[in-house]
Amino acid sequence: MAGFARSGIVSFPSFRGGKKCLLLPQVRMPQKDLELILMRQLASCLATPVFLVDPHGNLVYYNEHAEAILGRRFEETGSMPVGMWSTMFTPKDSRGRTIAPDSLPLVIALRKKIPAQKRFWITGLDGVKRQVEATAFPLIGQTKRLVGAVTMIQEVKA
Amino acid sequence: MKVKFWGTRGSLATPGKDTVKFGGNTSCVQVLGTQGTMIVLDAGTGMREMSRYLPSNLKRVDVLLTHLHMDHIQGLGFFAPFYNRNVEVHLWGPRSTTRDLRGRLMRYLSPPLFPVHLRDLECRLFVHDASSADVQIGEFRVSSRLICHPGSTVGYRLVGPSGSLAYMPDHEPAIGSARLLPDRDWISGSEIAREVDLLIHDSQYTDEEYAARVGWGHSSMKQAMEFARMNEARHLAPFHYDPSHGDDALETMLNENIAAMNPAFPVTPAREGETMVIGS
Repeated sequence: MAGFARSGIVSFPSFRGGKKCLLLPQVRMPQKDLELILMRQLASCLATPVFLVDPHGNLVYYNEHAEAILGRRFEETGSMPVGMWSTMFTPKDSRGRTIAPDSLPLVIALRKKIPAQKRFWITGLDGVKRQVEATAFPLIGQTKRLVGAVTMIQEVKA
Repeated sequence: MKVKFWGTRGSLATPGKDTVKFGGNTSCVQVLGTQGTMIVLDAGTGMREMSRYLPSNLKRVDVLLTHLHMDHIQGLGFFAPFYNRNVEVHLWGPRSTTRDLRGRLMRYLSPPLFPVHLRDLECRLFVHDASSADVQIGEFRVSSRLICHPGSTVGYRLVGPSGSLAYMPDHEPAIGSARLLPDRDWISGSEIAREVDLLIHDSQYTDEEYAARVGWGHSSMKQAMEFARMNEARHLAPFHYDPSHGDDALETMLNENIAAMNPAFPVTPAREGETMVIGS
């Protein structure tokens, strides 16, 4: 059982031959949650730019159409922590003011567990400035646990 | 531990002369630990035959359901310990997003689908949610995780003193891709299957059949072998055969895929009535 990280044991009120049946705490192993896996698989098939973050806000995937907006392939950037991806594209509002990470739809969806939408400007890693519209929603898994959030970004053409 | 296959077929029981070798009953696998713990994996039609051979002094049995499709629960009504007040039966399985396991099971174990209500069973019955759990059952540490198959479905990992076992009878890790993703952290079920001594895995289709049934929740035999390789399983038992695959077809599938994949681990197809032993 390499990779398991037990933090304790909780007794469960059922017995077998005098021995307690033990309900062990949830252990986390490296595999992503199934809902994230399915969302990534879906995103990889969509012609809409999609970004996917895990429950900690790490950007764990963006699809080919998102690469066109960001100007960099996912294979080149890899996974990024929230503090990095939320600022590296220098999001700004229509007046040119920097948008704080907490005001980005994807961060709102993750932190407040509600859908969020916003139109703003980003500068891609290719140096091109683009106006985009982002729609984000939280991913609440089958066990009703937050497993991440997803945002679809559409470039707004003048 | 001993692993006995009482039902190996997928989707629909398929008795007849064409399925004598690999079996026609649907999913049911009995696991016996070296210290006497008995766990039953799924309750397909193979469960009825298994019930005939249970010890008369049985005190407790744990039935682990991967999901509630009919080929995995149809044997429940014929599970002899249900009707024995001296036996403690623990049912484990996934809840849905709106119903707990007991509520879901009651839909089958009640008229008009079955004459006996779940609440009328004579045994001491305990129903546990196992959507994503880690529990100790006798000598086994049992882990369940949601895996890719339509509806709430889990795979189980059992680790005991003599070895480990992963059971994923209905599983589509490829999800439409020609191949599995190279990063196993992004592959459904990998945390259940990783480095187990025996992997019992969905092998329902040929490659051609899979291409026509993407999203149905099953794997080709080749994908099962690739999944086993990526997760460094030490032994693969292909399982959950398509009803349309008779013994000859399965032999051909097995030989062709072993030749194509050249797996570094043994591949032993699950056969109804046969027992595999893990550890000494």
